[in-house]
Amino acid sequence: MGEKLLMKGNEVIAEAAIRAGCRFYFGYPITPQTEVMHYMAKRMPEVGGTFVQAESEIAAINMVYGAASAGGRVMTTSSSPGISLMQEGISYAACAELPLVMVNIVRCGPGLGGILPAQCDYFQSVKGGGHGDYKMVVLAPCSVQELYELTVEAFNISDRYRIITMILGDGILGQMMEAVEFRDVENIQNVEKPWAVTGTGMKREHNVITSIYIDPEVLEAHNRKLQEKYRLIEENEVRVEEYNCENADVIVVAFGTVARIVKNVIKTAEKEGIKVGLIRPVTLWPFPVKTFEKYATVPKAFLTVEMNAGQMLEDVKLAVNGKNKVDFLGRMGGMVPTQKEILDKIKELIW
Amino acid sequence: MAVVFKRPHALKDIPMHYCPGCTHGIVHRLIAEVIDELGIEGKTVGISPVGCTYNNYEYFNCDMVQAAHGRAPAVATGVKRVNPDNIVFAYQGDGDLAAIGTAEIVHAAARGEKITVIFVNNAIYGMTSGQMAPTTLVNQVTTTTPFGRKPEIHGHPINVCELLSTLKGAVYVERVSVHDIKNIFNAKKAIKKAFKVQMANLGFSIVEVLSTCPTNWGLSPVEALKWLRDNMIPAYPLGNFKGKDLEV
Ligand SMILES: Cc1ncc(C[n+]2csc(CCOP(=O)(O)OP(=O)(O)O)c2C)c(N)n1
Ligand code: SF4
Ligand SMILES: [Mg+2]
Repeated sequence: MGEKLLMKGNEVIAEAAIRAGCRFYFGYPITPQTEVMHYMAKRMPEVGGTFVQAESEIAAINMVYGAASAGGRVMTTSSSPGISLMQEGISYAACAELPLVMVNIVRCGPGLGGILPAQCDYFQSVKGGGHGDYKMVVLAPCSVQELYELTVEAFNISDRYRIITMILGDGILGQMMEAVEFRDVENIQNVEKPWAVTGTGMKREHNVITSIYIDPEVLEAHNRKLQEKYRLIEENEVRVEEYNCENADVIVVAFGTVARIVKNVIKTAEKEGIKVGLIRPVTLWPFPVKTFEKYATVPKAFLTVEMNAGQMLEDVKLAVNGKNKVDFLGRMGGMVPTQKEILDKIKELIW
Repeated sequence: MAVVFKRPHALKDIPMHYCPGCTHGIVHRLIAEVIDELGIEGKTVGISPVGCTYNNYEYFNCDMVQAAHGRAPAVATGVKRVNPDNIVFAYQGDGDLAAIGTAEIVHAAARGEKITVIFVNNAIYGMTSGQMAPTTLVNQVTTTTPFGRKPEIHGHPINVCELLSTLKGAVYVERVSVHDIKNIFNAKKAIKKAFKVQMANLGFSIVEVLSTCPTNWGLSPVEALKWLRDNMIPAYPLGNFKGKDLEV
C-alpha cells in the first residue's frame, strides 16, 4: 500500500510523473492546468530535475523534442489552444519516434473558447491534429486515482514503443480533489535508449534524430514501420472498462468524467427497471473495437454521450459497424450533461 | 610525406550538396576544425535547421538532431538541459533564426542557455528559391521583392547581433564573414571562442557569419564574394558586440 492523500487532479499528474521518473518538464501557463506547472516548479528542484517555463507552447514542445532526443524522461502539459500550437512539434516527434508524455486538460472551444470542461479535442488527439499519418496513444482517465495510474503508465508506454502518449482530461478532472493512493511505482521499466543523442564518446557511429526523409522510397518504408508499430499497439495496449453490459437494454458509451455521470444514471435506471450498460474506452487510441464487436447486438441501441458535438461517436459507429443503432447526446461550450438528460434519452431509445 | 591539410575528423567524408561557390560549406569546415582542435567531438551534439543545411546532420560526425523550422534553440535547450556536459551547437539560417524562430532565439539568449549558435546570414531564403529574408538588404531584389526591398513596404532589415547583445544572458556575440582568407581565419577564431564560452559554462554564445548564396543572388561565386563585401558588410558591420574580453 502506498500513502493515501487528498489531492487535486492536476497536482496528482505532476507527482505521478515525478514518481515515474520524469525529470524534465517544459511548459507554458494556461488554465485549467496551471497547477501542474506550479507543482513541477517546486518539486523538480527537490528531485534534481529540470523545470523550464518556455516562451510559448511552440518552444515548450520543441524543448521536449530536444530533451527526448537526448534520452530524458520528459513531459509537457497544456490545454486546448496550447495543444494546437504544439501540433507541429507533435508531428515531428511522431515521425522521429520520440518517447514523450503530454497532458491536455481540455477546455471548451473552438477559438479561445472558455475555460470550462469539454471533450472537444477528441478528434485532434485521436485522429492526428498535426500533419501526416501518425498516431499517439491517448489515455482518458475518469478519476484522480486513475490519473495517477495512467500518468505512470504513460511513461512506460512511451518508452516501450518510442511513441507520444497523451493524457486527455478535462477541467473537472484537473481541478477536482479526491483521495488518491500513491501505489508504489514498481512497474517503471528503465528502457535503454541507445539511439539517443548523448555524444558519441568517440566509441560509436553518430546518432541522428530526424523527421525528414527526402527519398520517397525511404519515407514510405519509414511510414510502413510506423504503421506496423501502431498495429502492434492496437493489439497490445487497448484498455477499456465494461460495466453492466450483459443483457443491457441500452449501452452507453462515454469516456472521462462523463462516464462517472453515466454510472450514477445506471443506478437510477435500475430502480426504474431499465438495465443500462457502460463501455468506457480508457484508451481512445487504440480504440476498444473488440468490445463493441462483442456487444454489438446485445442492447436495443447504443448511446454515445460526450461533451462535444459528437466526435467519439464516429469511432463507436465504425466499431458497431451497422449492427445496431447508435444515438448521441452531447453538450458543448463547457456545459455538462445531467443525469436526467441522459436518462430521458435512454428512455426515448427503448420506448 | 607529411600531410599539411586534411579533412577535419568531425566532418564525414561524403560530398556536400551545396551549390558551387556557396559558403555554407566553409562554415561547416570551420565548425569541424574547431571541434577537432578542442577535442570535443565525442561530447558534441549539433542541431540542424530547416534551410539549405537541413541535412547537415549527415556531414558532421558528432551526434545530431534535426529541428523544425526556427526551433533549433528550443531543441538545443532540451538537449543541453538533459546532458549539461554535452557541448550543444545550433546551426541556423537567417529565415530560420530571424523570422520564424525569432522568439526561440531571443528567449534562449535571454535565459542564458549554455549553447552556441552559428547563425549563417546570406540575406535570403536559399532553400525555398530566393525569397526576402529578414536580413535582405534595402533595395535588394528577391523573388518576393522583385522591385527591391523597400522599407516603407517591406520593413527594415534586422541586425541580429545588435539586437541580441542587449540581452544579459547572451555573453558572447560576434559577427564575422567568410568572403576572403583573412576573414575566414577571423571567423574560425570567433567560432572557437564561442565554443569555449560554452565549455566554461558562461552562458549563451552566438557567431553571425555573413555568407553567400550565388544561386539566388544571381551572381557567380566570385561576384558573390565581392557583393557580400561591398553590400552586406556596410549594413552588418563586422566585429565583437559582446564578450570581447572574456578569458576562455
Ligand atoms: C513551418 C515551415 N514553414 C516553411 C518552410 C519552408 N522553408 C524551408 S527552408 C525555408 C527558408 C530557409 O531560409 P534560411 O533560414 O535563410 O536558410 P538558407 O536556406 O538561406 O540557408 C523555408 C521558408 C518549412 N520547412 N517549414
Ligand atoms: S541555394 Fe544558396 S544557400 Fe542554398 S546551397 Fe545554393 S548557394 Fe548555398
Ligand atoms: Mg538564408
